[in-house]
Amino acid sequence: MNTAPSQPIVRLHDVSIFYGRVQAVHEVTMDFPRQQVIALIGPSGCGKSTLLRALNRMNDLVDGVRTTGRIELEGENLNQPGVDVIQLRRRVGMVFQKSNPFPKTIYENVIYGLRIQGVKDKSLLDEVVEKSLTSAALWDEVKDRLHTSALQLSGGQMQRLCIARCIAVNPEIILMDEPCSALDPRSTIRIEDLIDELRNTYTIIIVTHNMQQASRVSDHTAFLYEGHLVEYDQTDKIFTKPAQKRTEDYITGRFG
Amino acid sequence: MLRLGTRKLLDRSFTGMGVLSIVLLAAALLILLAPICLRGISAYVFQGTVEFRRVALEKFQRGDREELKREQAAAARARQPVFAALAAFKKDLDAMPFAERKKYKTDFAAVQDAVKDLLGPLPGEEAPLLMRSQYGQTRWDRAQVKIQQVLFAEDYDFSGGGLGRKVLKPRLEKFRGTKLEPLFAAIEKNASEMLRPQWTFYGRFLTDASHDAHFFGGIGPEVLGTLYLTLGAILFAVPMGVIAAIYLVEYARENRLVRVLRVCISTLAGVPSIVFGLFGLAFFINAAHLSENKSVLAGSLTLGLLILPTIIRASEEALRAVPATYKQAALSLGAGQWHAVRSVILPAALPGILTGVIISMGRAAGETAPIIFTAAVSVGKPLTLLQTFTQPTPALPWNIYNLCSEHVAVDEIRHVQYGMVFSLVLLVLLLNLAAIIVRARISRKLRT
Ligand SMILES: Nc1ncnc2c1ncn2[C@@H]1O[C@H](COP(=O)(O)OP(=O)(O)O)[C@@H](O)[C@H]1O
Ligand SMILES: [Mg+2]
Repeated sequence: MNTAPSQPIVRLHDVSIFYGRVQAVHEVTMDFPRQQVIALIGPSGCGKSTLLRALNRMNDLVDGVRTTGRIELEGENLNQPGVDVIQLRRRVGMVFQKSNPFPKTIYENVIYGLRIQGVKDKSLLDEVVEKSLTSAALWDEVKDRLHTSALQLSGGQMQRLCIARCIAVNPEIILMDEPCSALDPRSTIRIEDLIDELRNTYTIIIVTHNMQQASRVSDHTAFLYEGHLVEYDQTDKIFTKPAQKRTEDYITGRFG
Repeated sequence: MLRLGTRKLLDRSFTGMGVLSIVLLAAALLILLAPICLRGISAYVFQGTVEFRRVALEKFQRGDREELKREQAAAARARQPVFAALAAFKKDLDAMPFAERKKYKTDFAAVQDAVKDLLGPLPGEEAPLLMRSQYGQTRWDRAQVKIQQVLFAEDYDFSGGGLGRKVLKPRLEKFRGTKLEPLFAAIEKNASEMLRPQWTFYGRFLTDASHDAHFFGGIGPEVLGTLYLTLGAILFAVPMGVIAAIYLVEYARENRLVRVLRVCISTLAGVPSIVFGLFGLAFFINAAHLSENKSVLAGSLTLGLLILPTIIRASEEALRAVPATYKQAALSLGAGQWHAVRSVILPAALPGILTGVIISMGRAAGETAPIIFTAAVSVGKPLTLLQTFTQPTPALPWNIYNLCSEHVAVDEIRHVQYGMVFSLVLLVLLLNLAAIIVRARISRKLRT
């Protein structure tokens, strides 16, 4: 298995996803380079979330979903029976559109992933909490109230807590599905700064509705339309001289 | 579109109706509960006589022996004229010619019985067999009734024709001029010295064993039996119900079998409780031979089956109300299905589940029909935990019915009946209160 930095971390080959008989994603083939930020853009309903959830098999939760094609993580096809999804989800973390901290303390939220792995070492847990919250740019705000409920945080803080919780299990990839769409502009900027920090350690795949955000935070951008991958290139290129007419129309706001 | 005025009027009348119905409900509750409480409290707080304190000392080893001795001596002095009159008249009676003796004989026997009822056995008499004949009246309110029976004879006045009218005739008239005459005055004036009533708080009523078919003592075995049955039912039904609900909500796919299962659970919730009782007898005792005969175990299981549908339904609803995002978050962090349920979904659903448990607990404590065939007996001793597997028990709901339908002297022990009803209501309220506090604690912990 070749894991040289130049090799992409995830490769999709001819991936189609169906909800029952309805096809939501059509024969997508693309590579996700390691330690980069990749943005998925496109009008709503075009299959961005569906494609994203295929990467950590969260589509399994929906009855009647069928995925065809190869999805390779470090060369290993994860779209096949017998894959350990629990192990997979530890390697591919996810941050959701609506922040979803557990109704537990901030501390318990962060260590949840480790707790279920059976980690009990108190000093290790403390260390992970501090490190994760620091990486998520939340430590200074909450270090004095780690043992109060996470539900008392503001919306932006909650979302950063969810990112910290995700980081705490030390994933290789972080999937983000419109992580800022429920946040105010200031919180959005904090999350964007955070993504900028995290790109050095993780591969981040982010779905966004916001063109400026995609152009600000991502290295590569993929434009999806009605389940098809229309264009996928360096972000600069997509936003300055897209090759496809439809991409240009979408970016300039002519539809979608 | 309604006009603004009409809308306001509708709003207001709707509010009015809502308030009215709540007020009606509160009033109904008050009318229902107030008499139960008032009379029920009289089992705990009443004027106890010296006889009550004798029972307390002799049967329950409570109270001050010396003090009681002094009290008994004083009472005996007050009673002396009564016993003297009885003895003197008896002597005269035996000496009377037959015709005259016949005139007094039945009435004298009635007076003597009433006095014995009031004050206990006559001096020098051999100790009677029944405990109720060994003591006088323990409660001043009951003593009042007995005093009336000494002083007055019931008679019927047929002057108006028909069935006649009940009248009370003073016995004094009959015995005027005899040696019995002073007895009536003595009883009328000095009864309180003879019995020495004192305001008593009998808190141990709740836990004391009963003696001689509830003539004496408390309702300890019934209370304990009810607690055993209720807790047994909860112990059986809550784990089963919650596990079933978790299966239905988190694991079962929507197919025909699951739909049939749901219908069965709904139907089970509507089955009359007496049917559960019969089922318990037929299945747990006759078929499965859990116990030789009725037992707390069989009763608990039957009650458990009865409340199972309620618990499943409440738990299902509580589990469904947990935001799907919790589960998504847990799974995305590498939790297995069971882990997500145990660490996130179940804790979040716990307040709702507890609500179901609270309702069921009250139901189990108060149900009568299911335990008639499976667990309840009218008289019994308090059981130890081990005995619950094989022995039947008295229990509040059944004994409330049993006391007023099958007791030899219902009127004598009304206070016990009301005491039982009151204690049952109190018990259920307390169980609920405890559960509500626990629930509030948990939901506060979840929210803040
Ligand atoms: N649970 C589902 N069941 C059936 N169809 C779904 C489901 N989720 C999404 N879809 C359909 O799949 C398509 C893609 O949805 P989605 O991936 O959520 O789009 P996006 O995230 O780009 O807005 C849409 O047409 C949507 O209607
Ligand atoms: Mg989406």
